[in-house]
Order: sequence, then C-alpha cells, then structure tokens
Amino acid sequence: MSLFDYKVSDLHELLHKKEIKVADLVDESYKRIAQVDDKVQAFLTLDEEKARQTARTLDAEFPTNSNTGLLFGMPIGIKDNIVTKGLRTTCASKILENFNPIYDATVVQKLQQQQTVTVGKLNMDEFAMGSSNENSHYQKTRNPWDLDRVPGGSSGGSAASVAAGEVMFSLGSDTGGSIRQPAAFCGVVGLKPTYGRVSRFGLVAFASSLDQIGPITRTVEDNAYLLQAVSGLDPMDSTSANVNVPNFVSALTGDVKGLKIAVPKEYLGEGVKESVRQSVLDALKVLEKQGAVWEEVSLPHSKYALAAYYLLSSSEASANLARFDGVRYGYRTSNADNLLDLYKKSRSEGFGDEVKRRIMLGTFALSSGYYDAYYKKAQQVRTLIKKDFEDVFEKYDVIIGPTTPTPAFKIGENIDDPLTMYVNDILTIPVNLAGVPGISVPCGFDNGLPLGLQIIGKHFDEATIYRVAHAFEQATDYHKQKPGI
Amino acid sequence: MSRISNEQVKHVANLARLAITEEEAEKFTKQLDAIITFAEQLNELDTENVEPTYHVLDMKNIFREDIKQTGLPREEVLKNAPDHQDGQIKVPAIIGE
Repeated sequence: MSLFDYKVSDLHELLHKKEIKVADLVDESYKRIAQVDDKVQAFLTLDEEKARQTARTLDAEFPTNSNTGLLFGMPIGIKDNIVTKGLRTTCASKILENFNPIYDATVVQKLQQQQTVTVGKLNMDEFAMGSSNENSHYQKTRNPWDLDRVPGGSSGGSAASVAAGEVMFSLGSDTGGSIRQPAAFCGVVGLKPTYGRVSRFGLVAFASSLDQIGPITRTVEDNAYLLQAVSGLDPMDSTSANVNVPNFVSALTGDVKGLKIAVPKEYLGEGVKESVRQSVLDALKVLEKQGAVWEEVSLPHSKYALAAYYLLSSSEASANLARFDGVRYGYRTSNADNLLDLYKKSRSEGFGDEVKRRIMLGTFALSSGYYDAYYKKAQQVRTLIKKDFEDVFEKYDVIIGPTTPTPAFKIGENIDDPLTMYVNDILTIPVNLAGVPGISVPCGFDNGLPLGLQIIGKHFDEATIYRVAHAFEQATDYHKQKPGI
Repeated sequence: MSRISNEQVKHVANLARLAITEEEAEKFTKQLDAIITFAEQLNELDTENVEPTYHVLDMKNIFREDIKQTGLPREEVLKNAPDHQDGQIKVPAIIGE
C-alpha cells in the first residue's frame, strides 16, 4: 500500500500522531517516480534535492509549527506552464527549453504558504494545445492504465502522475477540457474552476478568456482542499474575481435529496460511445437512489461550441504567443541576418506544428477583412452558448453528462488529423466558453479503461459540484481502483 | 471551393512572424482550409442582434491602487536573455547598411 492511498486528512492525522514524517511522503514520491516514470513519463523536471531539503526543514519545525494546515508537507506536481522561481518551466516547448522563471505564479506562492512540497514539473501538450500529450516537444506521457494509450491532455502529465501514485496531487490548467479530459482518461478527479476563481498570474497564457488553473486529485475531498488553497482574488490578475471563497469541504454533506439534475440530450447523442452513455445513465441511477431527480434538457447551441472555441482560442493564442520573439527570453536561432529574420527563425525553429497551426488560424481570424466573419461571429456564438447554460441553470442545480465521448485512445491514433483530435473536447469546451465550473469524477470502466462523469455547476458554485461528486463517489468504488502499473 | 489559398497562408505566416517552407505552406493550406470550412457552420446561426461575449464575468476597468513598486532587478531579467551586453539585451542590427 502506498501512502498516497490515504486522503489528505488521513495523512495529516498520521503526521500529527508522528507515525509518518514529511520526509516519508517525499520519499514515497521519488521512490515511485524511480519505479514507474520511465514508463509513464509524466515528469519533465524533478526538484528532488530542494524537495528533500524542504521536507527536512518542515519536519524539524513541525512540533513547534502552529501553522500546519491540512496540506502541510504534501508532495505536489505542477503542470509545466505554471511558472516556478528557479525551476525550469518549458510549457513542453523547445522555445522555452532553458527558461528559468524569476518569480512564482500566485498559485505556487499560495501552495508555499500551505507548505506543500513541489516534487517537479509535469508534461503537457506544447503550450497546452492538444488532447493527448503527443504535442509535447520532449516526451509522450503514457496512460498508467494502458501504456499504449494517451493520458489525455493537455494536462496529461498532471493526471497520469496522480493516477500512477507519483504525487499526492497536482495542478493542471484547463482551456477547453485540459484538466477534465485527462482526469477522465486516467481515472482521477479533476476540476476546472469558474473563470476568475483562481488567479492566472504566472500561468503562461494560451487563451486568456478561457484558461483556468485547477486541482487534480484522487478523491473529491482532496480536490476541495486543494482548490481552497489556491482560490481567491489576486491584485496581479485583473480577471480574478472579487467573490467570497466558501469552505468547499464543508459542502461535502453527502446529501443530494431534492437536487435537480439536467442531462443535456446533446451530451448523450451521436459520437458518444455506448459504454460511456451507459456509465452516465448508471451514475444518474446512483444519484436518483440518493434522492436527486433528473430530467433531459437541451443546450441547443452545443454543436457550434467546437468551431467557436477554435476560432477564439487560436485568436487569443496568436496574440499571447507573440511574446516569444527570441529577444528577451527563450530560444533564439543561431543564424539571423536581421531582426525580422531573428523573429521568424526563432519562432519557426522553436514552436511545434500544432502551435504554428493555431497561431496561423488565429492570425487569419483576426486579420483585416476576416475579423467580423470569424472572430466577432465566434464571440456572438459564445453569447448564445453561455445563454444556453443560464437558461438551464434557472431550473436546475447541476448539469451532468460524460466528460469525453470515448475512453483513452491509442497513441498515434488521432495525431494526423487535427479535426478528429479536436472532437475529443466537444463535451468540455462549452463549459469554458460559458466560464462555468466543471468536474470529472471516475464513473466506470470500458475494458479496463477509466470513464469520467462530468458535473457542471453555476458560476462560482463549485460547492454544489463537490457535494454531488462526493455523494456519487461515496456510493461507488471506481475511485478506489488503481492501475496495475 | 477552397476557403484559403496558398498565397494567403504565406501572407498570414508573415504576419505571424513564422518562416514556413513551401512544403509547410501546402500542408497548412489544406489543414487551415479544413478547419475554416468546419468553422463556417457558425453561419447557420443568426447573430444579427447578439452582443459578443469578450469576458464571461462582465467585469470592466479593474484597477489596482496606483502605488509605486520596485521592478525586477536587471540582473534577474537578463538571466533568461539569449544574448546581452553591458546590462542591455543584444539583438542583430535593426537598420541595414
């Protein structure tokens, strides 16, 4: 049995009873990484020396430290697009191969206040563009449940490391499903918070109006603790929201009596595999047994979300990624005749194919003569999609459907066709466009591959999502299954 | 009919400051054409009187207090610069001979 089979609250108690030390937790992490990471390939950079040093310091001050919150001493992995001072941060791109940030992201500062221990940086699709981790410049992370399959993406390393027991939990980021989809594929719990709930300061921007950082954990309770730690208004991020951060864990009452669930027919329709559909219907039965009621509803503009998303996210990316010019930081070409040449060659040699494709699409959509037809149109469609959610939430507490149309696919299966790859995110993208929160929790298996149940809530109502997810989790044992790796 | 031409792709690449080969131009033309064709399904929707959503929370003009703060130290900033000299970031000549 691994120490990471315990919940955060259990480990905290063991620490207090002096049955374990922080050093044991950190040791568990690196031992497991040594054991499995040459197969899983979740980590891009390890920070072992410093982590062990931190563990010694924390252990030394533990008896007298009155400030030990629940996350004290917990080993965490951080997605490699969240900057960590002095610890290489690459976004899985060649263009940031040697980039050592000179400050910490707000979420990293908040974790330090909680005295977690950063184990290392986790692989992802380059600049978070992708759904399989195959777009990483460095390595292909594998799904711990089946090493021939993808872990999902873009936070593939974040989900795989938790599933493989390499860390207690991790942070990922979600622009169109990048936390929820890999969480579903790897059989763990992943939440995309409401847009504005968590500061994006220090998250390398992909699409600023959609990006959110969120927690990936083995249980719903741990997820609530981790979100609690990283949430809140930040003067360094003008899009972080000035709203109260409730006690998420106290929402885990197990009571869903009278809860009204909406099930969009578009989420169980064409393209959704039968095993996935069945797992959602089974999950609804579990919740029904606990006193919740569900009805079929419609989110009529769902089918347009994918197209709107690719125009908007690529447009924003093309602007955000303009900063990588080979001048102030990052990769610079070794043979440039003049400044324009330096920009072009540094960018062309530094970015991978998918990133270039999206920069091109975004530049096109924003270019003179096309702006109204593509960019503005997509923003208008976004309004319609957001309205769909608002209408449903007038009558219902949560929306439930699958996280992904299928379980994890094989490495190499979709890589040659961008459009087929994009379809993976069809059930997660609308949530980002509307800015509402959504979670994926384990809800079954298809031939040994995990499936995820998506629970979507109102703006800033993560508490209700957690309550439903927790009630479901307590009634099932999918989250207790572990990959055989 | 194709939505985007090889010429347009090269123009866009230049705007995006990407150097692309003839081969890449051809590949991107095909792929972008497919994506844009796919995106044109948005035209099925009448959005005549629909306001665009730029920000889901409808926040505007968020300011923090205008307090003087120390910037990052120069040597820190230069740590990640590919080339620098005398405390300045170095680039190739901007004005040609």
